[in-house]
Amino acid sequence: MDGYFSPSKALISVDSPKPFPWKALAELVKVFFHIGLFSIGGGYVMLPLMERELVQVRRWLTAREMANYYAIGQATPGVIAINTATFVGYRQAGVVGGIFATLGMVLPSLICIVAIAGLFQQFEHLLWVQQAFRGIRVTVAVLLVVTLGRMIRALHPTVGRMLLVAVSFVAIAVLHWSPIWIVLAALCLGLFLAWYREGAA
Amino acid sequence: MIYLQLFVVFFRVGLFSIGGGLAAMPLLQVELSRVGWVGHQEFIDMLAVSQATPGSIGINMATYAGYKTASVGGAVVATAGMVAPSLIIILLIARFLKHYQHMSGVRHALGVLRAVSAGMIAAVTWFILAEALGGSGSTGLPLPVDVKAIGMFMVFLAAYWKTNGNPVLFILAGGLAGMAVF
Repeated sequence: MDGYFSPSKALISVDSPKPFPWKALAELVKVFFHIGLFSIGGGYVMLPLMERELVQVRRWLTAREMANYYAIGQATPGVIAINTATFVGYRQAGVVGGIFATLGMVLPSLICIVAIAGLFQQFEHLLWVQQAFRGIRVTVAVLLVVTLGRMIRALHPTVGRMLLVAVSFVAIAVLHWSPIWIVLAALCLGLFLAWYREGAA
Repeated sequence: MIYLQLFVVFFRVGLFSIGGGLAAMPLLQVELSRVGWVGHQEFIDMLAVSQATPGSIGINMATYAGYKTASVGGAVVATAGMVAPSLIIILLIARFLKHYQHMSGVRHALGVLRAVSAGMIAAVTWFILAEALGGSGSTGLPLPVDVKAIGMFMVFLAAYWKTNGNPVLFILAGGLAGMAVF
């Protein structure tokens, strides 16, 4: 009853001098929802979009900071663009900011996927839908072959690197090892090589 | 209980998907077929839908698999599980690492990781080729061959290589062609 009679006083918190940053959080969700919504086709579309919005339009980051965040985003688990969103959110409004920025980024795709998956369940038994998806599977194979070709070209292939590609292909496709062990082994080997090269230099 | 299991599986996938882009795919495929939540063909359909909708492919696939398993709640939990590892790690780095130059050693390590990642994605590509171009992918080989599918593959590969067009339009065109061809 006390709260009812003095609502405004009760709402102003006495122990924390800073008000909860609602405005900053709403802004973060808005900006990253927008970026998440318009990045169809994965990271290669997301990154240029983020750069324009965060560096050029809003000036929350310098181009150099952006490049640093990409590097960290690539070296840590998860999607580079979402990791960058988490970073920017943290800088704007602390840990809660990081969480809200991430939320904004993921929300559009969550909504779209749930809607499509729901629709698909209703129509998947229809013949023409099944035919369409047989065709779509072929195009997915095409997209993957082309993407894979680009990934291998971007490696600047050397004998050693192609050997790594071949070994991990066999480990997964033939031996059915878990990718977890392969990633861990690659990290160990990579860190060893980094240490070895820096020691030699 | 299914929510907890979903969260754990996708937390694991999120934790070990390093390098962005398609990095989550090999582990997703292994984990989903191990648990039996998603069938072989369905995996490819999920990949198509994930590529044609906003957002990153790995997370979209997690959302889809979560929805298939336990409806909207499942979708939310699977997505949260997938995002949680990187959220925690990035917040820790942002909080405690003031000078990101420490990361240069890790950038060296990335060279190896990228090569290995390409090899694992090649394995998934092989699996998808077998499934999309063969009559049934259960043998692990694209046998018996589906002549119509292979013809369509050749035409689309040539077209994509030449035009380098929009993947979303490309997937839609594949759907229309599928209705005409099969």
